[in-house]
Amino acid sequence: MSQKASIICVPRLNVLKLILRIHYAILQKFLASIKPPFAKGGKLEKFHPAFDAFETFLFVPGHTSDHGVHVRDAIDLKRTMMAVILSLFPPLLFGIWNVGYQHHHAFGMDASMMDNFMFGLWRVLPIIVVSYVAGLGVEFIFAIWKGHSVNEGYLVTGMLIPLIMPVTVPLWMVALGAIFCTLIGKEIFGGTGMNFMNPALLARVFLFFAFPAFMSGDIWTDLSPEAGRALVDGWSGATNLVTFDGNYTHLQSASDMFFGFEQGSIGETSVLACLMGALILIITGVGSWRIMVSVFVGGYLMGLLFNLVAPGSNPLHSMHTPAYYHLLMGGFAFGAVYMATDPVSGAHTSAGKYIYGFLIGAFTVVLRVFNPAYPEGMMLSILLMNVFAPLIDQLVLEQHIKTRLKRA
Amino acid sequence: MSGEIAEIVRGAKRHILEVRILTDKAGVQYRSFGKSAVSSLSREAVIKQMLESGVWAYVKQRPYGLIADPEANPKAVFVSCFDSAPLAPDVEFLIDQEAENFKTGLQVLSMLGNGVLHLGIRPGQRIDAPESAHVHTFSGPHPAGNVGIQIHHIDPIRADETVWTVAAQDVLIIGRLFHEGRYRADRFVALCGEGMSKPCYINAVSGQRMDTILDKHLKEGHFRVIQGNVLTGKRSDTKDSLSFYTNQITAIPEGDQPEFLGWLLPGFGKLSLSRTFFSWLSPKRSYHLDTNMHGEERNFVMTGEYEKVLPMNILPVFLLKSIMARDVERMEQLGIYEILEEDLALCEFVCTSKIDVQKIVSEGLDYMRTEA
Repeated sequence: MSQKASIICVPRLNVLKLILRIHYAILQKFLASIKPPFAKGGKLEKFHPAFDAFETFLFVPGHTSDHGVHVRDAIDLKRTMMAVILSLFPPLLFGIWNVGYQHHHAFGMDASMMDNFMFGLWRVLPIIVVSYVAGLGVEFIFAIWKGHSVNEGYLVTGMLIPLIMPVTVPLWMVALGAIFCTLIGKEIFGGTGMNFMNPALLARVFLFFAFPAFMSGDIWTDLSPEAGRALVDGWSGATNLVTFDGNYTHLQSASDMFFGFEQGSIGETSVLACLMGALILIITGVGSWRIMVSVFVGGYLMGLLFNLVAPGSNPLHSMHTPAYYHLLMGGFAFGAVYMATDPVSGAHTSAGKYIYGFLIGAFTVVLRVFNPAYPEGMMLSILLMNVFAPLIDQLVLEQHIKTRLKRA
Repeated sequence: MSGEIAEIVRGAKRHILEVRILTDKAGVQYRSFGKSAVSSLSREAVIKQMLESGVWAYVKQRPYGLIADPEANPKAVFVSCFDSAPLAPDVEFLIDQEAENFKTGLQVLSMLGNGVLHLGIRPGQRIDAPESAHVHTFSGPHPAGNVGIQIHHIDPIRADETVWTVAAQDVLIIGRLFHEGRYRADRFVALCGEGMSKPCYINAVSGQRMDTILDKHLKEGHFRVIQGNVLTGKRSDTKDSLSFYTNQITAIPEGDQPEFLGWLLPGFGKLSLSRTFFSWLSPKRSYHLDTNMHGEERNFVMTGEYEKVLPMNILPVFLLKSIMARDVERMEQLGIYEILEEDLALCEFVCTSKIDVQKIVSEGLDYMRTEA
């Protein structure tokens, strides 16, 4: 069986290679034919960055090293961003399914896996498209205006934004968020690598404060009417984050929260999917395991501390919530894996990463327990620690200099 | 080399580019400096003889990696007795060819640096060192053989200190001066890389034309010839002369062909420290490397990459940023005196953002030397 399969496979691979080669030749000719006006001195010289972005998207350029090392590692920022996007597939696919599942669940319908997925796909796909078009639009305009090459950072940001939105978010709002975060969060500082806050979270926090009515309340499930159906009795649009503040014993089961059968932003609900993504990030070496681990540790320890000091007189107080629930609820796992690990806005030193991650986890739990007005503490505490990351690095750096002086 | 000066080639501002010498047909004539037992000479006499003969230029000083100032009083002399760079010559083998010269050379060096001579060797490497020398063992991959890494672990350079370093093969030449009584500038050069028909050692003289060395060894094709290794070497061509410090000549294919969707394909044959290409699943495979950049330059984005290939108590990205900001105090605190371009060459290799690390380091060193 396996022999047969390999025999079929080999010609197929060759055909694939041939097709690729033909495409390659045609594309190269095409690019060469339209290049002259974009080159220096050409009519469309201004638009060179846009042309360059497309060209380098299709072909890794034939640039060779000029000085310094003569050979280079095969990795570049495009490849890095691809690895992150790959790691976003588990939460994305689960999220799409869950959008359909939550919708059908609210109407008491028993839909097949495919039905759930297709329902979700038609809701989520437009959000993704709008996010990319709006954000990349800003990137291209800035690249042309400032004459620099288009940064790859938005490839990831553009995917992160839809995953942290409620499915009911209006598309114009997605566009606004994407434009805001690219413009104010990144480009005015000089583009990818110069921003000090996580752009995707900035988009969300912007919408959160600008349009609170669209970002909280019964917005987490698509309730577009189903013919002949009404919402099931006792259905509530409250997420676990809201529930636990009132009475933590009404939370969904830990396994529901772990697998992600709960309401929430599109991609954040499944801890399992996030952990699968984390595995990809850690294996490829793109995401920092130091940050991920310390976020979870920070959140867990803070939860335990609250358990210890929780008021005995009120057994339903949210401080009694079992510590590990905090790691399963809401966007904790998603934030730890995909948001806190942003290498640009996080801490840069190894020791700093532990501190930075720990504070994010701990502060998230504090916010969740003591500030019910902002149920998603994860978003705010990551952004806050983004601001503190340079300070944390500075402290680590001073310590480093001290140990250097001692040795020298 | 002995002969008649045929031509002096000058460049801009009458800068001397080349001195072309017509060699004696009857073979090289050497000026005799007289064989002398090193132990009978004073430090001053040794230095005088080295300066007069011209071998002094093999003694380098750190910080900055310049030719040593003979008036200075370094705290120690460091010699790395192996080369860990890619395709580097086997220094142990070369030392064995001239064991007596090496021994004499080390004796000379042990007199220069306040009597302190540090030698770095590989585990299991045998070396005929003077009794007073300190021998240190270094294991692990490149850059373990870089003298800068070794200094950092033996006795780091503090502000206002200098140390001298000599490359192992240059110790042989210094040794010849005292043991054979003449300055003999020939050396074994390793010819390596995919562009050479067969990797080998070849006996060549400093200043020899490259085409006479590469004759028959360089394959036909689109290759880049590098004097030195692929990390720190200088781009060269057949019309150049063999430079003073070159121990190896590498030829690798030029990678000036664009690659269709190269950043998207699985990449089973691509070398990367990260595991974003599937080649990491087969750790023992060998790679065809060319000079392609594999991407474009970007701002610093990734963190923790450089640290993986820099075995020093130095935070490389912060140091580079302080250089870019020309922050003298920070550069000092973060260890600019301890490094040369070669020590951070691997950081440049692994960099996702394709940043010219060695160029930045060299700007920083120049700035410290001239402004600070």
